[in-house]
Amino acid sequence: MESKIFAPLKMEISNVDLFYGKFQALKSVNMAVQQNIITALIGPSGCGKSTLLRALNRMNDLIPGVKITGKILLDQTDIYKSGMAVTELRTRVGMVFQRPNPFPLSIYDNVAYGLRVAGITGKKELNEIVEKSLVGAWLWDQVKDKLNRSALDLPLDQQQRLCVARLLTIQPEVILMDEPCSSLDPIATMKIEELMIELKKNYTIVIVTHNMQQASRVSDYTGYMLLGEMIEFNDTKTLFTRPSKQLTEDYISGKYG
Amino acid sequence: MKLFGEKAVRRILMVTAFSALSGLLLIALFILNEGLPFIFKYGIKEFLFSSDWYPHLGKFGIYPMIVASLWVTLGAMIVGAPLGVFGAIFLSEYTPRPVMKIIKPTIELLAAIPSVVYGFIGVMVLAPIIRANFGGPGLSLLAASIILGIMILPTVISISIDSILAVPQSYREGSYALGATTWQTTHMVTIKASKSGIIASIILGLGRAIGETMAVIMVAGNSVNIPNTPLDSVRTLTANIALEMSYATGMHRQALFATGVVLLIVIIILNSLASVAIRKRMVKR
Repeated sequence: MESKIFAPLKMEISNVDLFYGKFQALKSVNMAVQQNIITALIGPSGCGKSTLLRALNRMNDLIPGVKITGKILLDQTDIYKSGMAVTELRTRVGMVFQRPNPFPLSIYDNVAYGLRVAGITGKKELNEIVEKSLVGAWLWDQVKDKLNRSALDLPLDQQQRLCVARLLTIQPEVILMDEPCSSLDPIATMKIEELMIELKKNYTIVIVTHNMQQASRVSDYTGYMLLGEMIEFNDTKTLFTRPSKQLTEDYISGKYG
Repeated sequence: MKLFGEKAVRRILMVTAFSALSGLLLIALFILNEGLPFIFKYGIKEFLFSSDWYPHLGKFGIYPMIVASLWVTLGAMIVGAPLGVFGAIFLSEYTPRPVMKIIKPTIELLAAIPSVVYGFIGVMVLAPIIRANFGGPGLSLLAASIILGIMILPTVISISIDSILAVPQSYREGSYALGATTWQTTHMVTIKASKSGIIASIILGLGRAIGETMAVIMVAGNSVNIPNTPLDSVRTLTANIALEMSYATGMHRQALFATGVVLLIVIIILNSLASVAIRKRMVKR
């Protein structure tokens, strides 16, 4: 009795090939991202999981020489179709990075950044959303008295939650997280994981992680990737307890990776 | 034997390093030694703030030259700083890396053109254009500002590009990931993060402009004169030294050295400001 979850499809990735110049980083990848579900991507370094994640909000566009074919649908719309507004896409599919990357600005200006980018400048409106987002990222109590201090002075885990708060202001539909805990200690990691589970109520989350325990703790669906291929994609419990592929089993049992 | 070689190399390198330093020290000491006594004898106030420069009458007020130097430098900044900074932004944020890697050294080549060539172009091309379109003698504060503005471009562009490229890519990614455009990312994050380097590039450009001599002599007109308009002929501190040193003797000669002291102090101040700005940037990282 697997607790298979069937939520509506938020994103659909079909037959995606991606090349960095001549190097093929993704090979005919298929995956479905369901709404209000945490989908994890695992696999050894260089397997293409971060590349796949960054294809979902077209962050790969920033790297020269990237070519992508296949389809990535967001609510049935191909995000790579010509005429797609990439800046709008990125407000709908937001991203939290591997290393916390707050801007060298004040805490307040960091959180208000996305709103200002969107042209919102009303002081009252900004204040309101900034507070709400900081509360949503469980950071308000720690920073409410020092909003004008530099964000770079915060400890790393608070910086990472600041990056989450910064993202919540613009109300994305999907949140992509690229190894969000890799530079954090176990306690800070736990806090971020709890936050993810809380955020899942309102957001669809895709997380890339090195850490198999993390994937099994927080995610509902997991994809295992190796050398650019999606080896297996299934609900997390099945994938970790009864993987259908030998390669997956070898990886999760620690034979390589 | 090997150890001996090591020691010898060390000695030789030390001597060469110190020769550069002692050259600087000797020049500074020489100028101060020749110029400072004059300043005190003549009176600092009289020297710096009097407009009477009549060497044959024993009057040595360099105020017009100070004003001219400041105006010419400010003019060079008005011309060169926006061109340089925006050029650097374009090359670092909007130009494909391989293209930028060809253009940047090409711009740096501007610095290798001898200043007499800039002056020559100023005299032959720029001054007639100014004379024909705006009136005045053509050889003017405006001409000097434009020529110097172009001459400081390589300094401003090169150092600005370096400091913009030193901004971590993760800042840009964070901004793009929030739906920002390239220009929003550039002016809301990248420039803020590289501000001190950009300011340093402008200050170093100013140092170059205030010290430039040959090109300025050729295009500024060189009358000792507090300018009323940009079309007036002016004489800068550097031009004053270069123009009169060949025949100056006695007090006059000392007055020129004292002018050098003033220049030296201004340039030391500018360079210190630039290095403070650069250091501040490094501490922030």
